[in-house]
Amino acid sequence: MSIQVTTRQVGDVSVIDVNGRITLGEGASILRESIRDLVSKGNKKILLDLNDVSYIDSSGIGELVSGFTTVTNQGGTLKLLGLTKRVKDLLQITKLYTVFDVFDDEPGAIRSFA
Amino acid sequence: MGESLSRESGNIDVFLASTLESVDDAEDLVLRAAGVSGLGEDELQRLGMAVREAVVNAVVHGNRYSSHKKVHLEVVKDANRIIVSVGDQGNGFDIKSVPDPLSEEHLLEQSGRGILLIRAFVDDFQIRRLAPSGTEVRLVKYLRRNA
Repeated sequence: MSIQVTTRQVGDVSVIDVNGRITLGEGASILRESIRDLVSKGNKKILLDLNDVSYIDSSGIGELVSGFTTVTNQGGTLKLLGLTKRVKDLLQITKLYTVFDVFDDEPGAIRSFA
Repeated sequence: MGESLSRESGNIDVFLASTLESVDDAEDLVLRAAGVSGLGEDELQRLGMAVREAVVNAVVHGNRYSSHKKVHLEVVKDANRIIVSVGDQGNGFDIKSVPDPLSEEHLLEQSGRGILLIRAFVDDFQIRRLAPSGTEVRLVKYLRRNA
């Protein structure tokens, strides 16, 4: 399986732990469904933990952007945690690094939602 | 997968089905061919990503997943560079019609970043129309910067 996604709650923040590859096909669609599921249930503070994401392609980046706009349009906030160097490079190349709030440590990320 | 792989040169000339599985196949083939060329891990990863994006474009936008159309992957190596060509049998497209994904109005679009990433990850990128139909992209990765 190219991707595993699990969701947990830390206070009022929903943390999505992503493990694997976010690429065109299954990887991108599973992430999309996870974010939309949380939003549909009224969760408005979402932290995407990418520490264990080994690979993202342009479709995966598109899913991050889509998730960001989906949550924002519902009055919520989506932030990113634990970017690998490669993912950080991709976000810088695509000028998206400044669009997302990015954190290296989970406690700091959680506190930022307060 | 109809493959022609020269064991001596490591060059590749293969036609792939228009499926997402071919994206993985193409990356594997190119990285296998490039792996003995002295590229470092980061450069291999970048080349692999450029190949993936090119093959995704060929499968999804060029051939539109048609079982009647193939993706032509060719890898040619010499002492200084690796040249990867990816051709489709689609209707072709005008690269000038692709919006700039870095522009403010398109920054938050869900798609349209593939060519940007290809350009970022290889040393030279060319695109041309094929006769009677199709598009071919040519990616060049130099093995030594000043070669």
